[in-house]
Amino acid sequence: MGPRTLFDKIWDDHVVETLPDGTSILYIDRHLVHEVTSPQAFEGLRLAGRKLRHPEKTVAVVDHNVPTSDRTQPIEEADSRNQIETLERNVKEFGVPYFPLLSANQGIVHVVGPEQGISLPGMTIVCGDSHTSTHGALGALAFGIGTSEVEHVMATQTILQRPAKNMRVTVDGTLGAGVSAKDIMLAIIGHIGTAGGTGHVIEFAGSAIRGLDMAGRMTLCNMAIEAGARAGMVAPDETTFEYVRGRPFAPKGEEFDKAVAYWKTLASDEGAHFDKEVTLRAEDISPSLTWGTSPETVLPITATVPNPADEADEAKRTQMQRMLDYMGLEAGQKIAGTPVDVVFIGSCTNSRIEDLRAAAQIAAGRKVAEGVRAMIVPGSGNVKRQAEEEGLDQIFLDAGFEWREAGCSMCLGMNPDRLTPGQRCASTSNRNFEGRQGPGGRTHLLSPAMAAAAAVTGCLTDVRELA
Amino acid sequence: MEKFTTLSAIAAALPEANIDTDKIIPARFLKTTQRTGLGKNAFDAMRYLPDGKENPDFVLNKEPWRKAEILITYDNLGCGSSREHAPWALLDFGIRCVIAPSFADIFFNNCFKNGILPIRLPREICDQLMADASMGSNARLTVDLPRQVIVRPDGQEVPFEIDPFRKHLLLEGLDDIGQTLQHETNIEGYENRENREKPWMPSIHID
Ligand code: SF4
Repeated sequence: MGPRTLFDKIWDDHVVETLPDGTSILYIDRHLVHEVTSPQAFEGLRLAGRKLRHPEKTVAVVDHNVPTSDRTQPIEEADSRNQIETLERNVKEFGVPYFPLLSANQGIVHVVGPEQGISLPGMTIVCGDSHTSTHGALGALAFGIGTSEVEHVMATQTILQRPAKNMRVTVDGTLGAGVSAKDIMLAIIGHIGTAGGTGHVIEFAGSAIRGLDMAGRMTLCNMAIEAGARAGMVAPDETTFEYVRGRPFAPKGEEFDKAVAYWKTLASDEGAHFDKEVTLRAEDISPSLTWGTSPETVLPITATVPNPADEADEAKRTQMQRMLDYMGLEAGQKIAGTPVDVVFIGSCTNSRIEDLRAAAQIAAGRKVAEGVRAMIVPGSGNVKRQAEEEGLDQIFLDAGFEWREAGCSMCLGMNPDRLTPGQRCASTSNRNFEGRQGPGGRTHLLSPAMAAAAAVTGCLTDVRELA
Repeated sequence: MEKFTTLSAIAAALPEANIDTDKIIPARFLKTTQRTGLGKNAFDAMRYLPDGKENPDFVLNKEPWRKAEILITYDNLGCGSSREHAPWALLDFGIRCVIAPSFADIFFNNCFKNGILPIRLPREICDQLMADASMGSNARLTVDLPRQVIVRPDGQEVPFEIDPFRKHLLLEGLDDIGQTLQHETNIEGYENRENREKPWMPSIHID
């Protein structure tokens, strides 16, 4: 066997069998389940008289629909309540390990998995949710699947797949002040576009990536999907092993050492072939944000909104104009200084303790601007508790932020946390599509520190001015 | 999944092209937690009047086509959103076979996954079958999958093509899961090896 990539190694290690048409039966080590994409899969099993092949390789949580306000009250929205109750019945019937709504460990599935040591390096991990790519930060192969595939994994612990192509995005150098993993990822998507990774698994490499903590690497891999990739990955290293050590479900003692020995073999070999290579310099990346309704519409905070007239391609020009109209922006205006109505710090992209610390650093001793609603939604019950131990909740509350319970919340507006038409939101989430955070809502994607800066100044702001 | 061998049934003609998945099952019915029960909203916009009453002119509301198990349409059936709810809705209504000059790819695949046989036939032949269908209960069509022919009411046989592997899956009633489980010994072999080589792989138990 010649030199192989991280993806090749994990793939090869999980192929049960390759069928004559080139599809492989790929073994799945970990299946994460949530309330929105699982009900029909459980129903399918029930109708066919099947069981889960390995309930102990499966974990269920509720996150998409859950209220992030007072949880002792019944859930008001009937559809949401129904999906949550259906999941609770299903996990009981099929014996699936489950973190219920009132568990301290409840949270967004992509925060809970790594945090609990349920997701580990070298694993194949799937979930009926596109941002499953997040877990790739551990050096795992993790990707989202559809409902009939959810049922397939439940019944067989495998999935039918064709191998992806390899792509490497290298970021070397030292990050400037105020530049975070979110800015790196926005810069990458701005550079390669939302189809730049199509058909590929992206491995993030280079000294700037090595220097990121696990939360930062998760932010990167989380948004690999927004670059069109099937998954994102970072090779496991000492940072990874230190992160995993001692997590509730991670291997312990001698077992842990054995695991580390295996995980160390996974990094891409010298000379391994990548079908596509992209390189960025860390020094060229500024605190950034999106101006339009596609994640590739990225600008440094110091820039002006682009002018459709400068675009040669007619279809693109029309699309740009449509985005400007929807976003309520003028071509050529400075993006900094644009007033915001709402600030959302949360989602599986940026709701970990490191993200909250970065936001708290900006919020400390300041006040949320008049007329701005600013909310912090921790990624899990554990993140929330740790933040409270560190006193971050008090910093946020003193500044006038809402301090809420864990869940997806305003990332997709399935629960009551929604924008109203025309509201402008500085959001740490991953999608800025029309209506994503509520019908007519206008989303600017940015880092937690930049979001906090917008909250305290009342407008899109260069975080470096507040440092 | 139910086996598909020979289906002798009433056919309904829906002489329209580009019937998209939103027409088959509108988006507002997707918040459900079940794949069964969607049949009552299949073709909702065509089937019901604004006041919620049945549209008496729509073919699937008329006798004998209320019991149709075969549906014949024009080009590009199942285009639009990839929702798997579309075949679920058809199946729940009772449709086991759809015939059209062409299909949208994902819908075509999703039909097989759910035990529905999609058949591509030239437009002239679809027209002939639609004429048969309009004769009502005297005019059953027989879809004979093993022999790959449709037998018309007058006894004439119309041959059709199908990928041999997919034919096998339908005849045996194997969905993707059933098919994968035919490789179960290999899955077991893999698991034994993984247990040996990665004993540290944690099992999850939550009280
Ligand atoms: S936080 Fe948003 S992107 Fe992440 S899983 Fe929830 S809804 Fe999806």
